[in-house]
Amino acid sequence: MNALYALIMVLALVIIPLLGAGAAGWHALFGVVLPYLAFTVFVLGFLYRVVKWGRSPVPFKIPTTGGQQESLPWIRQNRIDSPSTKTGTVIRMILEVLLFRSLFRNTRVRLFKDETQLSYGSSKFLWLGALAFHVSFFVILARHMRFFTEPVPALFNWIETLDGIMQVGVPVLFATEIVILLALAYLFLRRVLVPQLRYISLPTDYFALFLLFAIVISGILMRYFVRADIVDIKTLTMGLIQLQPEVPESIGALFYTHLFLVCSLLVYFPWSKLMHLGGVFLSPTRNMPNDNRMRRHVNPWNYPVKLHTYEEWEDEYRDKMKEAGIPVEKE
Amino acid sequence: MYDAGKILIGLVIFLLLLTFPFWYSLGQASYESPELQLPEDSQECIRDTEWMRKNHMQLLDDWRDTVVREGKSVYTGSEGKQYDMSLQKTCMDCHTSKKKFCDRCHNSASVEPYCWDCHVAPEEVANGQQ
Ligand code: HEC
Ligand code: HEC
Ligand code: HEC
Repeated sequence: MNALYALIMVLALVIIPLLGAGAAGWHALFGVVLPYLAFTVFVLGFLYRVVKWGRSPVPFKIPTTGGQQESLPWIRQNRIDSPSTKTGTVIRMILEVLLFRSLFRNTRVRLFKDETQLSYGSSKFLWLGALAFHVSFFVILARHMRFFTEPVPALFNWIETLDGIMQVGVPVLFATEIVILLALAYLFLRRVLVPQLRYISLPTDYFALFLLFAIVISGILMRYFVRADIVDIKTLTMGLIQLQPEVPESIGALFYTHLFLVCSLLVYFPWSKLMHLGGVFLSPTRNMPNDNRMRRHVNPWNYPVKLHTYEEWEDEYRDKMKEAGIPVEKE
Repeated sequence: MYDAGKILIGLVIFLLLLTFPFWYSLGQASYESPELQLPEDSQECIRDTEWMRKNHMQLLDDWRDTVVREGKSVYTGSEGKQYDMSLQKTCMDCHTSKKKFCDRCHNSASVEPYCWDCHVAPEEVANGQQ
């Protein structure tokens, strides 16, 4: 059901540009106004979310530990999975951000021998799927820079050459297009086929996947099947970059659909779970060293409590205490 | 903000990366779509220009497969005109310069067809440029 809601939403997002740019011909709206708007919302929303996180105090020291913490000198510490130094923490963050180390440690519980024995096994599929998706996405993003730069820096050419190194067909097939489709399919099927995951999956979980699917499929269609005029599209995109928008006539509805879906992603991004792009850097469970026993973590939230010490109290009531014969500490 | 220094540095890096195309194009002349040297002694391409712009690579791919795999080599254009299916002998007969035609677009679109690893572009060869 949740998947169905998400599917309907994404289909609606596909239909809007087909009607608006395709049937009604509002090319300037879909080609210029909406992209600028979406980019602005993305940037401001992203800043807003990160600053808001930055302003939230971290009351406790809560690094997740994945190994032996620093202890007696003869006990070997796991310096990366339970780092107690800054360097260790930085290495841990780098591994987390670039290689998704915490997903690599996923385990899976299984009952076997007629459900009488329990076993924990390693489960690397989510890690593999996630890494495949993110790397492909990043490469695809980098390849798209050819539309936004002139002359195109060599770095992007190399990425493109590397991606198409198999030289299958003309225009050459990019490996990342296949990989991203497989990865998205896996990430989706995982949610649908595993009962526990299906139970906790919300429409937003599916929405992001479907939206990405739609973007990838529209892009692939445009490259291999309903070919778009790349040269005219570059005129449009460079116009956007140089703030002199120009809308060539020949660009078709498929391109505007692709662009509108990307705009939707940009607008949706800051308000959704996709913000883990910024959030991963601000995760207290990852970016704090595990030095709980060496350094005191003061809760920045602590309210400056107004103290009224016993001494002050006694000063206040000394006369009355003496009258009543209660012993006082100071005469 | 807690850890303001680190967070701000992170955000500045993020913004610089995000706006890379904007500051990369600063101070550059405004973008013009590539200027092509069109053939002088003919008026039209094998199919209409619009179609050629979008689909010439697929046409070439079809030609290659037809010639190399099926051994046929005559292509009938949309107006009934017949062409020899050849990259060097047909396309490059009219579009005599690879540098001033094919490459202009391809540089701008950042594609480097690997065809020229084996095939030769006529004019450049004649002029000893290659
Ligand atoms: C109007 C601009 C333009 C002209 C002129 C042009 N091309 Fe292209 N060509 C393109 C674009 C744009 C692409 C890339 C399409 C893509 O990336 O989806 C391309 C791609 C190709 C490809 C596929 C390359 C690959 O690796 O994907 C071949 C082959 C090709 N062109 C051959 C030629 C030849 C030969 C000529 C000269 C006779 C020529 N083109 C002239 C715009 C042009
Ligand atoms: C590995 C070298 C090589 C590469 C790379 C190559 N070709 Fe060829 N191609 C050949 C050879 C050899 C023939 C000749 C076959 C024959 O004449 O029987 C040929 C024939 C052709 C033909 C038909 C005959 C003719 O005279 O043109 C076409 C069309 C063609 N290639 C297009 C392409 C295109 C387009 C590309 C790039 C996407 C390309 N080729 C890349 C080696 C290559
Ligand atoms: C009979 C000569 C002739 C042949 C053969 C020919 N072309 Fe063309 N081509 C032209 C002419 C003339 C134009 C310009 C048409 C116009 O100005 O509308 C053109 C335009 C083009 C364009 C669009 C350029 C633009 O203005 O945007 C491309 C791309 C192209 N040709 C590629 C090819 C390829 C690839 C081949 C080989 C498969 C080929 N042509 C064979 C004459 C030819």
